[in-house]
Amino acid sequence: MSLFTILLSALLVNNFVLVRFLGICPFMGVSKQVDSAIGMGLATTFVMVVAAAATWLIQWFILEPFGLPFLQNMSFILVIASMVQLVEMFLHKTSPGLYRAMGIFLPLITTNCAILGLAIMAVQNSYTFIETVIFALGGGLGFTLALILLAGIREELQLADIPKPLRGAGIAFILAGLLSLAFGGFAGLV
Amino acid sequence: MRLFKDFVRGLWAENPTFRLLIGLCPTLAVTTSAINGMSMGLATAFVLLCSSALISLLKNVIPGKVRIPAYIIVIATFVTIVDLVMNAYMPDLHQVLGLFIPLIVVNCIVLGRAEAFASKNGVVSSAVDGLGMGLGFTWALTLLGSIREILGAGSIFGVALLPEGTTTLGIMALPPGAFITLGVLIAVMNMIAARQKKTS
Repeated sequence: MSLFTILLSALLVNNFVLVRFLGICPFMGVSKQVDSAIGMGLATTFVMVVAAAATWLIQWFILEPFGLPFLQNMSFILVIASMVQLVEMFLHKTSPGLYRAMGIFLPLITTNCAILGLAIMAVQNSYTFIETVIFALGGGLGFTLALILLAGIREELQLADIPKPLRGAGIAFILAGLLSLAFGGFAGLV
Repeated sequence: MRLFKDFVRGLWAENPTFRLLIGLCPTLAVTTSAINGMSMGLATAFVLLCSSALISLLKNVIPGKVRIPAYIIVIATFVTIVDLVMNAYMPDLHQVLGLFIPLIVVNCIVLGRAEAFASKNGVVSSAVDGLGMGLGFTWALTLLGSIREILGAGSIFGVALLPEGTTTLGIMALPPGAFITLGVLIAVMNMIAARQKKTS
């Protein structure tokens, strides 16, 4: 598979949120305003790429050679948790502006199942290192895109008269369903 | 009496799926049929029960500062057990649930109960609380899976309900159906809760 196909597939055809259902919690939680959606999306993309690269190295240089693939789950989640911490400290030191912009979203990323899911999927598909990084980039940008789209619609909805029981999560899920239907149109593109 | 309260809380008042809206990824992804939803629910319930009990046992040993990584290790251990057992004895089911079995590790319900309940309560009540939450998650997933299976394939638990050749809403078995069904169900649960509040 060419790198471009992997990127396009992760970004649109198999969108992480709307088609694969990964990272639904932040998708629902942080999609009330476009500004915070952009911050969360970019922070997640950044961690995804770093974590995917780190877990690739662990899988092929530590777990496989020593016959330990059953420890995959445990080691990956620990690596992701410490990666998030590391990224947080690194940003704090090097670019305080960026850190302030996405500060509050960073710790939340550990529990985003899209990151662990991406690491495991990359191993299952036996991607090379470059392919894994491109896959992570596509997945992260796809997550950002879905988040911004939903946030844009939800901002408009604040003025609409929605039946009381549907307010909040109910209507957000139905909106996500319609978005998912639209993304279904990309099927067959790759 | 207190144990009973700990048990039923997860079933309705603090149902993870409909009331608290946590653990949503597997809820949407694996509920293409009733049996898939139920299996995922039971796998999560097992992890919840075991990890809540063990974390409650270890709560005085684990230093406060590293408690979250410690909890994650405990949870990941039980998830690995479920993953390997399912792979060995139920390969078909393991294939269908696929990625979402290892992802139980990052299911916020499990870590949430560890942090909010098991780290502060005794072993028995933590286990009961974990079981209640797990079964609350299971019935929610089974309900969602049943609705999607009836509308999408015209059957329930694999038993056909409609005569052959009937047109079904195939979209309900696809990703958009998951979002829309859950949105409508949340609205229905909100209505029931609002009515309960009014009468009491």
